[in-house]
This record gives sequence, C-alpha cells and structure tokens, in this order.
Amino acid sequence: MEVLVILVPLALALGLTGLAAFLWSLKSGQYDDLDGAAWRAIADDDPPQEARR
Amino acid sequence: MQATRDFSHYVKDIGSGLNHIDLAVEGVNCAGCMSKIERGLSAMPDVTLARVNLTDRRVALEWKQGTLDPARFIDRLAELGYKAYPFERASAEAAEAEQSRFLLRCLGVAAFAAMNVMMLSIPVWSGNVSDMLPEQRDFFHWLSALIALPAAAYAGQPFFRSALRAIRAGGVNMDVPITIGVILALGMSVVETINHAEHAYFDAAITLLTFLLVGRYLDQNMRRKTRAVAGNLAALKAETAAKFVRADEIAEVPVAAIHPGDIVLLRPGERCAVDGTVIEGRSEIDQSLITGETLHVAAERGTAIYAGSLNMSGTLRVRVSAASEATLLSEITRLLDNALQARSRYRRLADRASRLYAPVVHATALLTVLGWVLAGASWHDAIVTGVAVLIITCPCALGLAIPTVQTVASGAMFRSGVLLNAGDAIERLAEADHVIFDKTGTLTLPELEVVNAANIPPDVFALAGQLALSSHHPVAAAIAQAAGAKSPLVGAVEEPGQGVHATIDGVQIRLGRPSFCGAQQMVENIALFDPEASLVTFSRGADQYLFSVRQGLRPDAWAMISALKQRNIAVEILSGDREPAVRAAANALGIGEWRAGVTPADKIARIEELKRHGVKVLMVGDGMNDAPSLAAAHVSMSPISAAHLSQSTADLVFLGKPLAPVVAAIDFSRKALRLMRQNLWLAVGYNALAVPIAISGIVTPLIAAAAMSGSSILVMLNALRARNAGAEVRQGEAEAGLAAGSALRGEGA
Repeated sequence: MEVLVILVPLALALGLTGLAAFLWSLKSGQYDDLDGAAWRAIADDDPPQEARR
Repeated sequence: MQATRDFSHYVKDIGSGLNHIDLAVEGVNCAGCMSKIERGLSAMPDVTLARVNLTDRRVALEWKQGTLDPARFIDRLAELGYKAYPFERASAEAAEAEQSRFLLRCLGVAAFAAMNVMMLSIPVWSGNVSDMLPEQRDFFHWLSALIALPAAAYAGQPFFRSALRAIRAGGVNMDVPITIGVILALGMSVVETINHAEHAYFDAAITLLTFLLVGRYLDQNMRRKTRAVAGNLAALKAETAAKFVRADEIAEVPVAAIHPGDIVLLRPGERCAVDGTVIEGRSEIDQSLITGETLHVAAERGTAIYAGSLNMSGTLRVRVSAASEATLLSEITRLLDNALQARSRYRRLADRASRLYAPVVHATALLTVLGWVLAGASWHDAIVTGVAVLIITCPCALGLAIPTVQTVASGAMFRSGVLLNAGDAIERLAEADHVIFDKTGTLTLPELEVVNAANIPPDVFALAGQLALSSHHPVAAAIAQAAGAKSPLVGAVEEPGQGVHATIDGVQIRLGRPSFCGAQQMVENIALFDPEASLVTFSRGADQYLFSVRQGLRPDAWAMISALKQRNIAVEILSGDREPAVRAAANALGIGEWRAGVTPADKIARIEELKRHGVKVLMVGDGMNDAPSLAAAHVSMSPISAAHLSQSTADLVFLGKPLAPVVAAIDFSRKALRLMRQNLWLAVGYNALAVPIAISGIVTPLIAAAAMSGSSILVMLNALRARNAGAEVRQGEAEAGLAAGSALRGEGA
C-alpha cells in the first residue's frame, strides 16, 4: 500500500493540471463563442488573422 | 449640406496604438459567413484583428490607431453583403457576461473536486465492506477534506451570497437550505473524520454543488444570450440623429453622443430620436408611438417633440432638451413610478416552495435528534442522524426543478421570437387569463400599407409609385413600396406638405393631398367610411384615383385573437386612439370589449378594476402611453418596435410582424409552469422515500450520493420536455383559426 504515497499525489496533480487548463481556456475567451468554435474546428483553412501573424 | 457619419463615439482606445470597435452584423449564421467576413475585413490594410462571434452575431475589429475611419468597415461589410451597425455594450450585458464566466469557473472547480473526491470515496465504500484498515480510511477522508473544503468554499459562493442576502432581507429562498445542507455536511464530515468514523459526506456535498452549478450556469447563459440579442436589436435600430456640428454642416451621430442644447435636423420621413423643442420649420408629426393617436399633429416653432415621433412633411430643426418638462411625458413618468412602486412583489414559485420546504425539513431534523435521544441513543449518534436527514433533504432536485425548466422554456421561446426581460415572467404569463391589447402599433403594424391596392389599375399604381419615390413623406414611401417602384421619374417636383407633380408626354401627373389634385369631393364620401386612413389622390390629366393608406392589422391578428379565445382567455382593446378607428379594428378582429380615447390613467384604472376581481391581466402594448399600464399589469409584453420606455418596462418582448409569438409564449409558459409543478412534486416524492431511511439512521454516504444524483438527473430530464410545447404551437400556428386546430391544441395542452 506504500504505492499510494506516489499514486495519490500523482492523481491529484493530474487533476489540478486539468483544472488549470480549464481556467486558462476560460480566461483566454475560448468559451465566449461556442457556436462559432464548433464551426471553426471544421473550417477548410486557418482563419486569416492567424495567417497574417 | 452634406451628412457625414461619425462613429468615433463607439471607437475604443485599447492601448499599444490600437483602436477597437464592436459591430453588430445582420445575417451571420454559418461558418461560410464567418470566414468571408473575417477574410474580407482582414484584407484591409492596418487591420490587426477581425473576429466574428457567431453566438452573439458580432464582429470585433482592431486596427492601428488613427489609420482608418470606422465607417469604412461598415461599407466593406455592405460590399460583402452584410448590414452592420456600430454597437455599444450595455453595462448590464457586461455584468451578465462576467457572472456567466464566474459561474463557469465555479463549475470547473466543483466538477474537478467532485471527480477527485469520488475517486477517493469509492475505495472507502468498497473498503468498508472488505479489508480496509482504519488508518487508510482516515487518510482517504483527510485527503477528501483537503480537496472538498477549499473547493466548496470557492464554488459555493453563488449560493452562500444569495442565501446571506435572503436572510438579511428577512426571508428564505432555496439557497438557504442548500447552504445549510452543504455546510453541515462538510462540518459533520470533518468531525467524523477526527473521530475515525466510518462515514464522511464530502462527496455528497461537492457533487450537490456541481449539479446545482450546472443548473445555474445554463440559466445564466440563456439570460446572457437573450441580453446579447436584445443589445444587437437595439444597435440594429441604429438610433442616430443629424446633429449640426457647425452652422451649415450636419453629421450623423449616435444618440448617446448628443447632449442637451444641441440642435438636430429632422427630415421628412425620419423618426425623432431625441426629446426637444422645434425651433425652426413647419411640419406634421405622427405621435402614435407616444400617444396611440393616429391623427397627425401640426408642429411649428415652440412645439414639444418626443423621441419616437415620426416627421411627415416638412424639415424641422429641434433643440434637444435635458429632461422633458412637457406635461404629457411627466404625467406618464409619474404614473409609471406609482405603478412600479405598487407592483406587489410577486412571490416566485421557487420562493413559495422554499418557504414551505425549509421549516418542514429543519423541524424534521430537530425531531429526529430529539426522538433518538429519547429512544436512548447518545447525543453524538442522534446529532449525526439529524445531520444526515438535513444532507439527504438538501434540496438539490428542488433547486434544479425550476431553473432548468425556465432555461429550456426560455430557449424555446427565444427560438419562436420572444425575449424575456424578467426571470419570473414565465410563471406570471402562465397564469394570465385576460389579455388587454393596445391598438396602434400592437394589433396594427407600425408601417403603413395601401389598403385599396386591388381597386387601382396596375399601370396607374406603378406610375404613382414612381412619382412617390420623389417624396420623403411616409405615406408616399408606403405607396412606392407597395408599387415596387425602383426608378424615380425625371423632373418630379415636391411641394412640401402638398404633394409631388411631374409631366409625362405633356400630361401633368400629381400625387398628394386631395386639394393638391383637385379631388376633394371624391374623398369626402370615403373619409366617412374609413376615418383612420390617410387618403392620397393621384391625378393624370383629368383621371383621378384614390389611394387609401393606413396602418394595417398584423397579418395573423384575427387568427391569433381566436386562438386566444379558444384558450379561454378574454380579449379586450384599450386604445388612446379615436373611437371610429378603434371600433373598426375591434369589429375586424371580432373583439367585443373595447374602449377608445383612453388616457394612461384610465388604462391603469381598468387594470386595477380587473385585479380586484381576481383577474390576471396580460397587457400587450407598444406606445409610451402604455408604459404605466405595462408596469401595472400582472405580466406584460411589447413588440420590438415599441418605444424604449415600454420595451424596458415589459416582461417579454416579441419580434417580427406576426402576433403568433404572443400565443406561442402563453403556450410555452403554461407548459413550463406545469413542468415546474411536476418537478416540485418529483422532488417531494424523492424526499418522501429518502427521509424515512435517513430518520431510521441507516443512510450511508453511498445511498446519499446515489439518491441525490438520481433525483437531480430525473428532474433535469423532465425539464427537457418544456421544449416540446413548440410542436403544438407550430401546429397551432399552421391551423390557427380552424376548429380542427383548436381541438388538437386542446388535447395537447
């Protein structure tokens, strides 16, 4: 059962990483236009403003 | 005088040498539009960002400071085939968006914690029935506490705050038992963990928060979306005024950038966007949006003019006034204030439910503790059992029962063209059993139409339409539109306030007032017959024709009035217009009860009278004179073309020309109320099953988690049925007015 000392913190760390990623994506406005994001994923090519940068 | 468009009011400086503007765009509804717009705008030099938001139908633009005039973006979008309008985010909308993001953050934290605590709980549950050591169990419980306590403290904020507000105000809402349940569950779990006990409820508390946050977020998101669309519609109405920037130069500026004392130009056919006084010019104005009166009023130097008035014939210069001291408006404001104060705070279904629920649950918990002590159990065991009762009765399903139905129903209403202004409007609309319509602009359309088009020879109609293109008079515009005229006649001359004339092949043609065409006699007979119509004559040489132009009834008004009657809803007209005009509309629609020449105070008196008889009134009106009665009624609706004051007072706003959304909204809300009640009974039924188990003291965290999640999911699934009322309504629309349709709807309801 000593393995718990490694596995439990590891599981928590993975969970926290997921949470951090979610909070980051929320902050960077990725949830502001869910309808648009659904279509952008299957757009033929990159959106033009990315191409310009 | 050349008008320039000045959008600098909307341009924001966002630092690092960049400017930003938001545009509301009409007709963006697919991925194709999105990339077309983004590509088209990004191709302009110096544009650094062009991003479409498909949910809100908007474009955000950024460009290098001072290099571009924002008007060019609008021109560019017009070239691409989209109508765009500059747009200013209302502060209420920004607050909604912020709240929505906050709830999503809370939801993320709660969901993370719930999943991880569950991961630790399952070993405990299975370990309790096998070979887990007490030290290992304590270790897992402490880990759960470490995750659940900070997560609950953060993610529970929306509930804690709302509960605190309710208690401070001396009341109880659903969030009070939720807060008590969560805090007690966590507190008891910590105590039990210290005592090396078998059971801890960290998982139940945090899962509960997660479910409730899902409901809250969906509710908030729907509200945010409605608000965004309402904001777009406000921008699409594009309220600008022609302001004199110099003595002989005008610019189209947004109303928000106009200050008292400014002088604006009001051309024929334009709607006034400001309150003010005429300082120069003569004209006739149509004040139907303010008073409901369809007869035009003469305006000259010194006449007070209100936002929403339509200028008919001459050009006016208007000095913008600070606050309207004019008698009509201050009377309306006073009545509105009274009505808003008198509006007895409607007790929402959810609050009524929690008012019953909270004392019962808390009393049950107390009795459980006392009962166990009397039965000889130790205080510790008795309290643990009492807290278990509170945890299992924590109104998870009850907290979701109403918001989820509201979310689904308001989404369905949104799709059928109804926007909600007030959260409890659905409940109140479902109770309405008497509808009072205003006539002008509500039963009728604000636009004018030619009612006798069928009696006019097509070639004459086409010629009159071409001639009408040379006038800005709204009646002429209606004729031109009805005739589908595109090319104006060469050499047409307008005589302001009289009419237009031109000469074709040596024959003079004239369109305008009867006196302008020498046709008074012809008109007099008709004027008696249809007093509401504006009569316009057209003469070609010696031939004379008559055009009768008036506000037409909404296309489906008759069908919708009978649909209301089939639902046992009484219908009545209260209008500020003259008697003959109201009588004509009432007869056409088969409405027996109507009153004409009604003042705003009279309307309120009538509503109060109905209220005393226990009648729940739905007021549907658009004029500024309707605003007080909209506030006084049990529930109220406005068309999107309504005056600002009325639109912001009304509980619901409907879009488009047909009246069908009014009936659809009633159907959706009735179905929604039924589902809310069903959901409350489902929640009560769940408690009836779960509470005896809790009182008997055999409840374990596993039972608690399964029972609470199960009831929440059941309630959510039931709420989804609120969408299906749509099928009935659409069917109703198709068959409106037919007896067969009514029978079908009767069964469906």
